[in-house]
Amino acid sequence: MVRFLIRRLLTGVLVVWLISVIVFAIFFIAPHNVAQLLLGKFAAQNQQLVQTVTKQLGLDQPIWVQYAHFLNRLFHGDLGYSYYSHEPVTSLIKAALPITASLAIGAAIIWVVAGVLIGVLSATRPRSFTDRLATLFALIGLSFPTFVLGLLLLYFFFYQLHLAGVTFFPGGGYVPLTQNPGQWAQHLILPWITLAVASMAVYVRLTRGQMLEVLGEDYVRTARSKGLRPLRVTYRHGLRAALVPIVTQFGIDVATLLGGAIVTEQVFGLNGLGRMSVQAVTNQDEPVIIAVVLLAAVFVVVANIVVDLLYAVLDPRVRLS
Amino acid sequence: MALLEVRDLTVEFPTTDGLVKAVRGVSFEVDSGETLGIVGESGSGKTVCTLSLIGLAGGGRRGGQALFRGQDLLTMSADELRAVRGAGIAAIFQDPLSSLHPLYRVGWQIVEMIRSHEDVSKAVARKRAIDLLGLVGIPQPARRVDDYPHQFSGGMRQRAMIAMALALNPDLVIADEPTTALDATVQAQVIDLMVRLQKEFHSGLIMITHDLGVVADIADRVLVMYAGKAVETAELDDVFYHPHHPYTKGLLESIPGASGTRGKLRPIPGSPPSLIRLPSGCSFHPRCRYVMDRCLTDEPPLMDVGAAHRSACWLPATLSGLAEGTEAQRMKVAEAARSEDTPVAEGES
Ligand SMILES: Nc1ncnc2c1ncn2[C@@H]1O[C@H](COP(=O)(O)OP(=O)(O)OP(=O)(O)O)[C@@H](O)[C@H]1O
Ligand SMILES: [Mg+2]
Repeated sequence: MVRFLIRRLLTGVLVVWLISVIVFAIFFIAPHNVAQLLLGKFAAQNQQLVQTVTKQLGLDQPIWVQYAHFLNRLFHGDLGYSYYSHEPVTSLIKAALPITASLAIGAAIIWVVAGVLIGVLSATRPRSFTDRLATLFALIGLSFPTFVLGLLLLYFFFYQLHLAGVTFFPGGGYVPLTQNPGQWAQHLILPWITLAVASMAVYVRLTRGQMLEVLGEDYVRTARSKGLRPLRVTYRHGLRAALVPIVTQFGIDVATLLGGAIVTEQVFGLNGLGRMSVQAVTNQDEPVIIAVVLLAAVFVVVANIVVDLLYAVLDPRVRLS
Repeated sequence: MALLEVRDLTVEFPTTDGLVKAVRGVSFEVDSGETLGIVGESGSGKTVCTLSLIGLAGGGRRGGQALFRGQDLLTMSADELRAVRGAGIAAIFQDPLSSLHPLYRVGWQIVEMIRSHEDVSKAVARKRAIDLLGLVGIPQPARRVDDYPHQFSGGMRQRAMIAMALALNPDLVIADEPTTALDATVQAQVIDLMVRLQKEFHSGLIMITHDLGVVADIADRVLVMYAGKAVETAELDDVFYHPHHPYTKGLLESIPGASGTRGKLRPIPGSPPSLIRLPSGCSFHPRCRYVMDRCLTDEPPLMDVGAAHRSACWLPATLSGLAEGTEAQRMKVAEAARSEDTPVAEGES
C-alpha cells in the first residue's frame, strides 16, 4: 500500500513537471513580444525601453536558462509577477483560491449528496412517480448549459425576488467564510446550484443504475433475510456496494470542475481562479496562466491519488491484493 | 399444530409475457426438529415456494395461508415479518460467495444480525459470533472473525452463512440448495454439519435441492415439486423405494447410483413446461411414459397412495415402487387407458 502510494506520488510529480514544460514551451514558442505588449503604446516610441524590459524579465536569455530560473523560483514558492497588474502571482492566487474552493467544494457536496440520494430514491421505487420525476430532472439538468441556468437563477431569485421585495439572494460577489459564514453561504447558494445541477443529474442516473443492479444481488437478499430495517438494507448494504463506481465518477468530475467554475464565476461575478484565468488569457498574462495551469495539474493529480486511496478504503479486495 | 403450516400457497408474477404461475397451490408442514426436503428440477418453484413465505422471492402475488407459530406470514405487517426474519426463520442460500456482503467482515455481518434483533453490546455480540464460527468448524475463529468473505474458502463461507443463520437460534431454517455451489467433498461436510446442528438446535429445516443424494442424507419427509405443484409427498424411504409419481420415479432413474436404476440412467425426456402456458390436465403428461387419456384433460389432485404418502397421478394407488413387476403393470394399465393417437413421451435409452 505504501509502495503503491509512493509510486503514485512519483508519477504525479512527473505529470506536473511535464505539464510545466509543455505550458512553458507553448508560451515561449508563441509569436509575440511580451515587453512590447506590456509597454503598449510606449513601445513604439521607445525601442530602448523595450530592450530594458526584455532584459529585466530575463526574456533575452536562452529558453533553458529561463526555464531553470522558472523552476528555481517555483521551488521557492515564487511564481513571478503578473505582467498585467504587476502583483506577485502567489498573492493573486491566494486571493482567488478561497473563492473557487468555496464554490467548488460546496457545489461538489451538493451534487454528490443530492444526486446520490435522488438516485437511491428512484432505484428503490423503480417506475414510480418519484423515479420518473427524477429521470426527467436528470434529463433537463444534463441538457441545460451552465450559463443559461446561472442566468435563469439570477433572473428569478435575484431580479424577480428583488422586485417582489425579497432581497435574500445577492446578485453576485463574495464574502469570505471567516468574515461572515452566513453571508458567505448566502452569496454562494445560487452559484453552487448552478455548478451542481448538471453534475447532479449525472449522479442521479449513475446511482440509480448502480443501485438497481446492487439491490438485485444475493447479499442484499441476505440482508433482508436477516430482518434488517429497509433503510439499513438500502444504505448500509446496497449503497455501500454501489459507492465504488460513484467515487470513480467523482474522480473524473473533480478534474473538470475548474472548467465549470470558469463559467459560474463569470455569471456571478466571483473573482475566483476561473475568472482570473479568463482575464489572464485575454491579457496574455503568462505567469498567471502558467500558475493556474500548474495549480490545476497539481489539483487533478492529488484528486486522483485521493480517489485511488478511497478505492482501497472502500473495497477490501483492492486493499489486500 | 406444526411449527409451519402452509396451506394452498400460490405465487404469481405478472410479467410482460404473461402471468407466471410459479407456485400453484402447494401445502406442506414442518415441525421442530424435522427436516423437509423439497426436490424438483430447476424452475419447478422450490425457491419461490419457500422464500416467498418471508417475502424474499422478488414480489409476486401470494395467495393461501402460511401459519408460522400460529401466525399467518402472508398477512402480517412488514414490521412483524421483519421480526420473524432472521430470528424466527433464517435462510441459507445457494452461493455463499455472492450471499455474503463482499465489503464487510464476516464477523461484522453476524454481529449485525444479532444486534438488529437483540439489545446486546458489540463486545457480547462479537463474542457470540466467534463462538458460532467455532461451532460451525471454522479454525481459529477469534482470528477469522475479522476476515472478509473473499479470504474464506467456499466451504468456509457456507459454514459462516450457517453460523449467521443460527445466530439467533431460529425455529426454522430454510436452506436453498446450500451445497450446490460447493465441491463434492465439501458438500458432504456441510451436510454433516447441518445434520449435527439441527439435532443440537432442534429447529425445523427445509432443505431445498435437486440432488436426491442430499435429500437421502438429511430429510425426514420429502416434497417433490413439478411446475409449481407438489406432485408427491412421502416419508424419505417411500420416496426412494416406493415412488408413485412417474416424475419422482424419473428423478430417481436419472441420478447415478440411486436405488432402482441398476446401472442404467434414464433421463426424463423433454423439458419443464412454461409456467405461463401450462399443458392441459396433468402438467407432466407431455413427458410421461404412462400417459393416459384422462391425463390430458383432468388435473390429478394429491391423493393418498399409502400411509403419509400422497401422489398427484391417475395411476392406481397400489402401483408404487420400482420393482419390475410393478413397472410392467404400470405399462399395461397406461396402455389400456390410452387411445391410438395419444402421444407418449419416449426418452432415448
Ligand atoms: N421475480 C420473478 N418474476 C418472474 N418470474 C419469476 C420470478 N421469480 C421466479 N420466477 C419464475 O418462477 C419459476 C420458479 O422459480 P424458482 O426459482 O422457484 O425455481 P427453483 O425450483 O428454485 O429452480 P432452481 O433449482 O433453478 O433454483 C421460474 O420459472 C422462474 O422463472
Ligand atoms: Mg431455486
